Amino acid sequence: MIQTLTHLPHPREDGATLASHFTDLAPPLNARQAQLEASRCLYCYDAPCVNACPSEIDIPSFIRNIHTENVQGAAQKILSANILGGSCARVCPTEILCQQACVRNNAEECAPVLIGLLQRYAIDNAHFSEHPFQRAASTGKRIAVVGAGPAGLACAHRAALHGHDVVIFEAREKAGGLNEYGIAKYKLVDDFAQKELDFLLQIGGIEVRHGQRLGDNLTLSELHQQFDSVFLGLGLAASKQLGLPFEDAPGLLAATDYIRELRQADDLTQLPLADRCIVLGAGNTAIDMAVQMARLGARDVNLVYRRGLADMGATHHEQDIAKANQVRLLTWAQPDEVLLDDQGRVRGMRFARTRLENGRLLPTGETFELAADAIFKAIGQGFDNDALHDPLAQQLHRVGERIFVDEQLRTSIPGVYAGGDCVSLGQDLTVQAVQHGKRAAEAMHAQLMLTVEAA
Amino acid sequence: MADLSIVFAGIKAPNPFWLASAPPTDKAYNVVRAFEAGWGGVVWKTLGEDPAAVNVSSRYSAHYGANREVLGINNIELITDRSLEINLREITQVKKDWPDRALIVSLMVPCVEASWKSILPLVEATGCDGIELNFGCPHGMPERGMGAAVGQVPEYVEQVTRWCKTYCSLPVIVKLTPNITDIRVAARAAYRGGADAVSLINTINSITSVDLERMVALPVVGTQSTHGGYCGSAVKPIALNMVAEIARDPQTNGLPICGIGGIGTWRDAAEFVALGCGAVQVCTAAMLHGFRIVEEMKDGLSRWMDSQGHANLQAFSGRAVGNTTDWKYLDINYQVIAKIDQAACIGCGRCHIACEDTSHQAIASLKQADGTHLYEVIDDECVGCNLCQITCPVAGCIEMVPIDNGKPFLNWTQDPRNPYREAV
Repeated sequence: MIQTLTHLPHPREDGATLASHFTDLAPPLNARQAQLEASRCLYCYDAPCVNACPSEIDIPSFIRNIHTENVQGAAQKILSANILGGSCARVCPTEILCQQACVRNNAEECAPVLIGLLQRYAIDNAHFSEHPFQRAASTGKRIAVVGAGPAGLACAHRAALHGHDVVIFEAREKAGGLNEYGIAKYKLVDDFAQKELDFLLQIGGIEVRHGQRLGDNLTLSELHQQFDSVFLGLGLAASKQLGLPFEDAPGLLAATDYIRELRQADDLTQLPLADRCIVLGAGNTAIDMAVQMARLGARDVNLVYRRGLADMGATHHEQDIAKANQVRLLTWAQPDEVLLDDQGRVRGMRFARTRLENGRLLPTGETFELAADAIFKAIGQGFDNDALHDPLAQQLHRVGERIFVDEQLRTSIPGVYAGGDCVSLGQDLTVQAVQHGKRAAEAMHAQLMLTVEAA
Repeated sequence: MADLSIVFAGIKAPNPFWLASAPPTDKAYNVVRAFEAGWGGVVWKTLGEDPAAVNVSSRYSAHYGANREVLGINNIELITDRSLEINLREITQVKKDWPDRALIVSLMVPCVEASWKSILPLVEATGCDGIELNFGCPHGMPERGMGAAVGQVPEYVEQVTRWCKTYCSLPVIVKLTPNITDIRVAARAAYRGGADAVSLINTINSITSVDLERMVALPVVGTQSTHGGYCGSAVKPIALNMVAEIARDPQTNGLPICGIGGIGTWRDAAEFVALGCGAVQVCTAAMLHGFRIVEEMKDGLSRWMDSQGHANLQAFSGRAVGNTTDWKYLDINYQVIAKIDQAACIGCGRCHIACEDTSHQAIASLKQADGTHLYEVIDDECVGCNLCQITCPVAGCIEMVPIDNGKPFLNWTQDPRNPYREAV
């Protein structure tokens, strides 16, 4: 139970009704729908969709495989580029990636091919009797992967494929990272993150050790000594702070903390319900938080952002989901004061209206108050600095707070690679993390084999 | 509105859309429904001698396009499986009830004079407008010395046609099989025999697909299959060529042609007429969509004729025949070059890869700063083959533009590069 929300009531609806609000937001295609949709693909050459996919999936090829009734071939094509193709098919913002680039999205055409749903169709219906990739002969090399999120898992799978032995060190009880703990429940249903993990681990040669937290019971120095290569897929574990008084008051917490609780809850009726709530932020996490609270039964959900709709990190598609769930999007307002009741609990928030002046965001001087039983912060994630406090880790070159890596995902320390949200490269997306992990594994492999040959 | 009525080989019909001899014209019930829907005529499903033919189950299979649209149907059905007496009675009644519609009776009996001599008066007595000789059925009947077994032997075609002209006063239309090498040979034989018209094409020998689990072709009968007759839009290009071959053959000059093969729209029909047909027959499209399609066919054709100023079918019948010639008479100096309308281009790259891999490397792929590609024709490399235009998913995006190269008309028979050129 989330301590800071114990004073709140529970959802009014029964378990079955609540569960029905968290089923697939975008239901899967059936075979006929997949055939119809696949037939719309023009099989472009040097296809714009592929160029737009951070994990470089050969989209025209897998769609052609679906259309020619070779679903396993389609799935293998996807997985060979992106071993987490199943979750990416569900969580990718395809509207700004492959589907935005689709030539069928041209003004002269109709609508983009539903690439995400076709990818999901292929993965869900492949039914491999055994793991579709076979490990190379053992190299005897050992690789440490810190963090079992998408970046770490992708790195581990690709490294294992090349015959290396991998140990994943994971702080939490379950592997999967944001797929397990951070994505809205209706985007990844039926325990998909764990099923995908089980599939991925079938490759063999990967050991997952839980309860291992870098900076706590694990140091980079040790890993660097004990393993031939190290991959850091740490994510961004810390939620950013508002910097206002009473930030620890009951009723005010990070959206990620609540979403994690919701994702792990077996019984949704036991969750705290903030009937009137405020979500601060403008990204997909803010939308996920607001929509999920609305689906739990909250009647007054306000998402407040200090800039305009066009500046929001959440895509139009995400904004539409929020609107469809009666979430109110309030813009040009920034938190000014946390309002408490006489028991010291959150009762609302005062906001200062904002405007842009010569590119600078300034308060207009006008304020307003919103009543709320809880306030959820989704104003971005930051680096957990405790993770990198050992002497070697402190040598990591950083860009801002993130770890610097080059195009090969190499950090400034030889033999240490990093990827996913914790690095300076690319967008903070699951599919980007997978690509980082995959490419880091390729870079490690090339480097390790070089030393083997030289020896 | 344009006048769609026709007189084809002496047979009057309110419009040129006839249903071909096939399941849709098997019995009075269907034919009446067709007439109610507005069809100008029907060719009654082929009659034969009693006892009637016996059919198997199943009978049809299809060749599909990318989106399960039917490109062609293959069938292994035989001629009518009802008695001659029932058919003749129904034909008599239907003709009586629908005097303004063309009612042609398709016939197939053994290749002996007595058989034809005995059936023809019975058919004529129905009051029908003409007969069509089924020399084309490619399955089932040839084994019995009928159908394609006759159509593939010019002497038989001529002989049977002559018998029909001898023992019957009705117009005789000879239906030709495409399962031969040169359609003109059969047409000439029919012409010599006195045929009033030819109709073509009958179905093409085919196997549409194989069930890879059961390892048997389709359609399946028990555990076996056999080849059938192919029809539908996929055969239209073959039919158009055969029609054109006959239309421009001096030896059959003036022989009326009834076009059959993949006609499903007014435009298909207009194309057959432009290549010399005076009427058309439809089957597969009706089998896929029902008789109602004739409404759009009539409406579309008459509106197009109005837009072109054609008062009736004769006004444009055969108008494309003169422009259809042998390859050796084409202008070797004529040149077109592909031109891509960049505003219409959606950037799929299909023109580029088609030209690059399989043609003349005449379309450059230029990567743009935003990651997209610009496709540009390299004029000097383009031979004007049309492949890019064909593979482009956007109609009108790639235009083949004639180039004024200043060279005069020159055909291969005159070309100095031709060692066998004709002396000037």
